Amino acid sequence: MLSNNKIAIIGDKDSILSFKAIGVDAYPAKNYFEAQDTLKKLAREYAVIFITEDIAENIQDIMKRYKTRPFPAVIPIPSAQGSSGFGMRSISKDVEKALGADILFNS
Amino acid sequence: MARLNVNPNRMELRRLKNRLKTAVRGHKLLKDKADETVRQFMIYIRENKRLRQELEGEISKALKSFLLASAVSQSQVIEEAVAMPGFQVKLKTSTKNVMGVVVPEIEILEGDKKELYPYSFATVTSELDSSISNLSELLVKMIKLAEVEKTCNMLADEIEKNRRRVNALEHFIIPQLEETIKYITMKLDENERANTIRLMKVKSMMEKRG
Repeated sequence: MLSNNKIAIIGDKDSILSFKAIGVDAYPAKNYFEAQDTLKKLAREYAVIFITEDIAENIQDIMKRYKTRPFPAVIPIPSAQGSSGFGMRSISKDVEKALGADILFNS
Repeated sequence: MARLNVNPNRMELRRLKNRLKTAVRGHKLLKDKADETVRQFMIYIRENKRLRQELEGEISKALKSFLLASAVSQSQVIEEAVAMPGFQVKLKTSTKNVMGVVVPEIEILEGDKKELYPYSFATVTSELDSSISNLSELLVKMIKLAEVEKTCNMLADEIEKNRRRVNALEHFIIPQLEETIKYITMKLDENERANTIRLMKVKSMMEKRG
């Protein structure tokens, strides 16, 4: 496997600063284009890439590209402003894709 | 359903019958696979949902406490404090096979965590310490989430692909083959009958003449 065994995080400065302290490589992104470029670059080196939800929501096209490969795992996480529900929505999207109807979240 | 454009002869018939047999068998196998993949998927997606629900609250809380902690100090101080982390998290990555889908297996390597706080305690507040230690505990869970969520993504994709295959076989290829086989059988029977009649006709003509 070519991926390196490191973790990266992309997001706004407030959210990622704390992750930097615990040994995660932090890459600040001021806008979506910057985040896209960073993600493309990091995808070759990192096994796990966390992206804050507000950014992830706007670069879904790029994230889709990595969905069907084992590595890297691109995972949205809530930012310091709290969760926007994007992560949960992507789970229910998966359920819908696989089963045709969302049976997990309705009940 | 359109039938295949083939010559109605015995060789084609035999070939098509074999193809039909393979298609029916493949359809059964793929259907079994779909059932099992969905079962596995349900296990993973439940885990995924549970983990994410837990984590979303915890991460927001940890990040907020970090924000609060950094609010009491100057931003330069905080940035300087975390600028050089004492260690880098290492992962152990491998792949495993779930129903023919290669999914990642990610484990966090517990390195020497002797230096969790990469800064001097003199410059920052104790809130920063606690938020950082919280966050580093969360990281293990986050890696687990990454693994499970990725598995779900890939399984969902595989289920969708598999469903298309099953449907194509069930609603297109198998009816098409059946129809073609029926057409060839009828055509051959018809030839057979035509042949018999021709022989009878020839016989009666010969009898009349002789």
